[in-house]
Amino acid sequence: MNTTKRVVIEPLTRVEGHGKVTIKLDPAGEVESARLHVVEFRGFERFIQGRPYWEIPVAVQRLCGICPVSHHLAAAKAMDGIVGVDQVTPTAEKIRRLMHYGQIFQSHSLHFFHLSSPDLLFGFDSDPARRNVLGVAGAYPELARQGILMRKFGQEVIRATAGKKVHGTGAIPGGVNRSLATAERQELAAEIPQQKEWARAAVGIARDYTLDNLGFAAEFAAFPSNHLGLVRRDGTFDLYDGVLRAVSSAGEKILDDVEVDRYADVLIEEVKPWSYMKFPFLRELGPETGWYRVGPLARLAVCDRIGTPEAEAARVEFVEAMGGVPGTMSLAYHWARMIETLSALEEIERLLDDPDIEGDELVLQGERRNEAVGVIEAPRGTLFHHYVVADDDTVMQANLIVSTTSNNEPMNRAVESVARKYLSGTEITEGLLNHVEVAIRAYDPCLSCATHALGKMPLVMEVHDAEGRIVGEGRRSA
Amino acid sequence: MKIETPQQSIRHAADERVLVLCWGNPGRLDDGLGPCLADRLRALAIPGVTVDSTYQLQVEHADLVAQADLVVFVDASMTGPSPFLVQPLAPLGRPAFSTHALEPGTVLALANELYDAHPRALLLGVRGYSFDGFGEKLSERAEHNLEAAGAWLAAALTPPTGNATSSQGHPTAGPTPAHTT
Repeated sequence: MNTTKRVVIEPLTRVEGHGKVTIKLDPAGEVESARLHVVEFRGFERFIQGRPYWEIPVAVQRLCGICPVSHHLAAAKAMDGIVGVDQVTPTAEKIRRLMHYGQIFQSHSLHFFHLSSPDLLFGFDSDPARRNVLGVAGAYPELARQGILMRKFGQEVIRATAGKKVHGTGAIPGGVNRSLATAERQELAAEIPQQKEWARAAVGIARDYTLDNLGFAAEFAAFPSNHLGLVRRDGTFDLYDGVLRAVSSAGEKILDDVEVDRYADVLIEEVKPWSYMKFPFLRELGPETGWYRVGPLARLAVCDRIGTPEAEAARVEFVEAMGGVPGTMSLAYHWARMIETLSALEEIERLLDDPDIEGDELVLQGERRNEAVGVIEAPRGTLFHHYVVADDDTVMQANLIVSTTSNNEPMNRAVESVARKYLSGTEITEGLLNHVEVAIRAYDPCLSCATHALGKMPLVMEVHDAEGRIVGEGRRSA
Repeated sequence: MKIETPQQSIRHAADERVLVLCWGNPGRLDDGLGPCLADRLRALAIPGVTVDSTYQLQVEHADLVAQADLVVFVDASMTGPSPFLVQPLAPLGRPAFSTHALEPGTVLALANELYDAHPRALLLGVRGYSFDGFGEKLSERAEHNLEAAGAWLAAALTPPTGNATSSQGHPTAGPTPAHTT
């Protein structure tokens, strides 16, 4: 007789889209496995097909309300290839980088100050009624206001470079359609000192939390993994462009100097019947051991250095705390994320001081091609856009690997690790739910590009027995 | 706050600062009702009315909301009455389930908490029908509801002629909305 039971938690709070966690118990009542099911609508490749290639950098922003700029830029980079441009003008590259760093800055700030800080400031087991953005606003109003103002600054950078805060049009095939006016430069530059002070302080909060709780973090959702990300050819950290590098849990290079248009030679996307999301892995290692992390923790693992001074100093301290090898702790994502936030701000400062961003050489045109790949380091990790364009200029095929897809297996591992430790019997306790959420939230996943009209997103928790009967249920109403 | 008739202005005074904050994804069929309504309202350039639209409500909107005396939040509604629902909105004491996207009541609560701002607020939910899929076209029924909601809101935001609540000169083209108090 099959006596296994499944514990189901769905969907997750403070995670975009719909996710469901299933914990399968063995006959002895111990956790056998845990899975994060993702209800992701995989229709966007079809949405793109048949459209003229020049519409794509704008159209793909419809995919996601969380990181539209990343899709905008990844698509624009791919379309550079379609119009035969291997290197855009200095002004175009710097405007795009400025836009991207604005996106990283605002996205990471939102995650840290308003999604994760309640867990870190109040503790995982504190009352969920308080452990949220309003709780932070009540107990730490200055911190909450800082988070808002940091996010607003990042959005102003996006507005200046993309034309709009949301759904901008700045990047086009072969370049950009605008540069910055002197007044815009000066206005943004005037904010840098205050923003930097807050960004430094945020690195300090994340660092202190990690170091003060190092023993716990080393146990909580911690496991070795491979890591993947873009780096410059000399190994320097780069969020906008570079070559693919993957390292093992010991820090040994598995991939190095791989051109992004060769991604399909080194990565395979596996489909599993229980999830809409694909499971990418390194072809060289196979599906069992070839899965990898992406995002802030992985980017600090694959790079040799950061090219901005304050973030580099913070990285050195981070690497030392990790024992000189790639990070294994899911909770260390928070510290890594804040180091990236500081780095993005340093890059913004540098670019605002560069006269090229007021230049007027905006776009280039080369010999038309039919296939191209654009890759960027989005806030949540490496983002791949691959297009085949027909001779009539319409997109025939598209393949996108979004960051959260790459972190799919690591999030499953994180959930399983937490479930083994915190599940007792079949009861879904607040403690279990809280810890599962905290583990997944460390990856800042965007589980689906869901619609969000009024009336969605209930929180339902269910316990299923081996026959699929619901034997326990919990619900949080809005 | 009680909304008596669709002909009545919802503004208390002509110099009241009004924010219409619409949200949704125009690439997800009827989820784009909010931004579509924002486009229509912007074109009317009603004095004293600021119109903003976004994919999702977020923490920074608390700052925007804090600068208004009256806020009308506009979103597509998956389950509400047709053609649209208008209801007063109160601060929500606890965020709902995704803070990648906040509920309007949470935005109000943040404005209260962080900026000591207490604007009057309404929620306008325009009924949509088609949400599963990608596409930039509203369904036919959603278009009809958008028309009705846009006409109602434009009339309701036309400044009153005096300082008191007025119901003068605010014709509506749309059907009577479902009201709650």
